[in-house]
Amino acid sequence: MVEFGGWDMPVEYSGIIDEHMAVRTKVGLFDVSHMGQIELAGADALAAVQWISSNDASRLALGQIQYSALTTPEGTFVDDILVYRMADQHFMLVVNAGNIMKDHQWIVARTAERGGDVSVVNASSRYGLIAIQGPEAERVLQTLTAIELADLKYYWFAHGEVAGVRVMVSRTGYTGEDGFEIFVPPAQAERVWNALLEAGEAAGIKPCGLGARDTLRLEASMRLCGSDMDEHTSVVEAGLGWIVGWKKDGFLGADRLRAQKAGSLERRLVGFEMRDRAIARHGHAVMDGETPIGIVTSGTQTPFLKKSIGLAMVPVALSAPGAPLTIDIRGRRVQAEVVPEPFYKRSKPA
Amino acid sequence: MYPTDLKYTKEHEWVRVTGDEATVGITDFAQKQLGDVVFVELPDVGRVLTQGEVFGTIESVKAVSELFSPLAGTVLAVNGDLGTHPESVNSQPHDAWMIKIKVTDSAELANLLDAAKYDALTQ
Repeated sequence: MVEFGGWDMPVEYSGIIDEHMAVRTKVGLFDVSHMGQIELAGADALAAVQWISSNDASRLALGQIQYSALTTPEGTFVDDILVYRMADQHFMLVVNAGNIMKDHQWIVARTAERGGDVSVVNASSRYGLIAIQGPEAERVLQTLTAIELADLKYYWFAHGEVAGVRVMVSRTGYTGEDGFEIFVPPAQAERVWNALLEAGEAAGIKPCGLGARDTLRLEASMRLCGSDMDEHTSVVEAGLGWIVGWKKDGFLGADRLRAQKAGSLERRLVGFEMRDRAIARHGHAVMDGETPIGIVTSGTQTPFLKKSIGLAMVPVALSAPGAPLTIDIRGRRVQAEVVPEPFYKRSKPA
Repeated sequence: MYPTDLKYTKEHEWVRVTGDEATVGITDFAQKQLGDVVFVELPDVGRVLTQGEVFGTIESVKAVSELFSPLAGTVLAVNGDLGTHPESVNSQPHDAWMIKIKVTDSAELANLLDAAKYDALTQ
């Protein structure tokens, strides 16, 4: 067990590679109850969400979800988040475990500055969160719920029961695979977890820890806030221009992000593959001769693709696929190459 | 219980001494701590090592660790099979050797642990 954002969590159960492969080929189960939930409600809830986050929440229908960023006035990350439209004037933000208090204080302060009718509640203690991920996820979960999962589209959610427990089910995940995240009352989380393990036994379900969660998300090119980007990284630099609502009115950091999009961008997060036999990891420098010019933000040997890959922040001149990168790994210089993202994309969405 | 024909270091290497030749790997305890091994970096043949000197690195999916030479000596051979099958360190840790060295000072053996002491260390 390791300490993670104040939670004791297993790095692995049966082994990172075993768990990773289960999710890519069958189904895996994750306890991600450490994730936080912050709710905004009131007549001005939409205006508040629009002001504090980069994506355009006005495009969300009831029951729909979007990936977004909580931004600073410089267009950098307070956190990366999922925005759920619970009702016309009610939104839920799913935030990273280590940032719950920071995000909550940030949102309370920014919405208070603007005024209006909106209340901000840290609801994290009300939710346990269980993720079931993999090509067999729908089939396994369907045996425990009356929600028509085939009708639940990617990045939508529904209310119902799983194993007799009132839950909210969203078709989301952090693995690059089809799957669901189940918001469950904490007191019933163990019951739902055990029911899913039992229902998935024939399909080969495996409980999965933080280790596989990290290799799966990286193989799918999904960013990890705090590792790949932070309050010094803009949304555009992180390669996430697609989560900026360019057409919406002002929001925190909009001016700088627009300028970067228009051409002032100096560095960008890219995906790379190692050409030499080595694994680059968070913090290793990208070198030009003796000068550090960039930094590796994530890296691993991926169990499914069986490649040594990673993400690095590099000068824009080195950000196109094919660009060679020299990385310093504990004093040894190794070669890598910028490649198109994502590294892994599942063959067919369910 | 660990094999009694091997000696051990506190850094979780094992060593099998035959005459003046020593074969070195990492223990079952070490591979369990590391998890899935994906990469082993070994020295060139001919390199001269002192007791306790770093002779290579081993990486699992989740971590990187240094490898320490249990004895002083000259590297006679490295196990090239680990390049293509690093996972054998997990499946057969006490067979998946890393280097063989020609031992220069057999008195250093006294600094190593026997199986019972190593077993106690890992409890």
